[in-house]
Amino acid sequence: MKPQSSCVTIQKEWDIVGARHVARDMAKTLGFGTVDQARIATAVSELARNIYLYANNDGQIYFDMINTIDGKGLSIIAVDSGPGISDIAEVMQDGFSTSGGLGAGLPGVKRLMDEFDIQSELGKGTKITAKKWVR
Amino acid sequence: MPIPILKLHNYLLISIQTEIDDITAIEFQEDLLDKIYKTGATGVVIDLTSVEIIDSFIAKVLGDVVAMSDLMGAKVVLTGIQPAVAMTLIDLGIHLQNIPTALDLEQGLIKLHQELGD
Repeated sequence: MKPQSSCVTIQKEWDIVGARHVARDMAKTLGFGTVDQARIATAVSELARNIYLYANNDGQIYFDMINTIDGKGLSIIAVDSGPGISDIAEVMQDGFSTSGGLGAGLPGVKRLMDEFDIQSELGKGTKITAKKWVR
Repeated sequence: MPIPILKLHNYLLISIQTEIDDITAIEFQEDLLDKIYKTGATGVVIDLTSVEIIDSFIAKVLGDVVAMSDLMGAKVVLTGIQPAVAMTLIDLGIHLQNIPTALDLEQGLIKLHQELGD
C-alpha cells in the first residue's frame, strides 16, 4: 500500500529532485498517464525551485492523493515562510522573473495543473495550492 | 556524477542518462565548453531520449549551452526530446526557438553533417 500523503522539505538543491520523484511516484500510483506525470513532476520542480531560490530554503511541499466521488487526483501544497510576494499579479505574468530565469515559473505551473491558488503575505510567506485530476 | 562527453571525429556526443539536478546541469555546461575548446569540435549532439523532465531551469541551461557553443563555433543539435517533455515545455511557455533539434541521434548527426558539410 503506497502512502496517501507525503511531505518533502526543501533545504538543499537536491531536494528539488527528491520532490520531483515523490510527485512522479504518486502520480503514477494514481493512474495518471505519462504526459500528466511529466506535467505534475515539472510543476513540482518549479514550486520546489521557488522555495529553494526565494524562501531562504525554508519550505515544504505536501502531497495528498484525493479519492472522492468527484474523482481521483493529486493535491500539491507548497508552503514557505519566506519574504512573501508583494505583487501576485506581477509574478503571474508570463516572462516575469527576478532571478534571471526564463520567467516561466508560476504561470507555467498554473497551465500544467488543473487548479491553482496562491496566497501570500509580506514577511510571512507564501502558500500555493495546485491540483490535477485524473481524466 | 558528471555527464560523459564522447568524441567522434569532429563531433561530440552526449547522452544524458541520469536525472539532472541544477548543479549537474551547470557542471555539464562548463565541461562541454571546455571539451569543445580542447578538441576543436565543430558539432555537438545532446541526446535527451532518457530525460523524463525538463523544467524551466534545465531548459534555460540547455538553451544557454547551445548559444555559448555557437559563440565558440560549434553547432549543437538537441535530439530525442520525448513527447511528454515537448508537451510540458510548451505548457510551461518555453518554446526553445532557434534551437536545432532532431528526432533521434541518427537524425541529429545527419543534420550536423548537412549544415557543416564535413
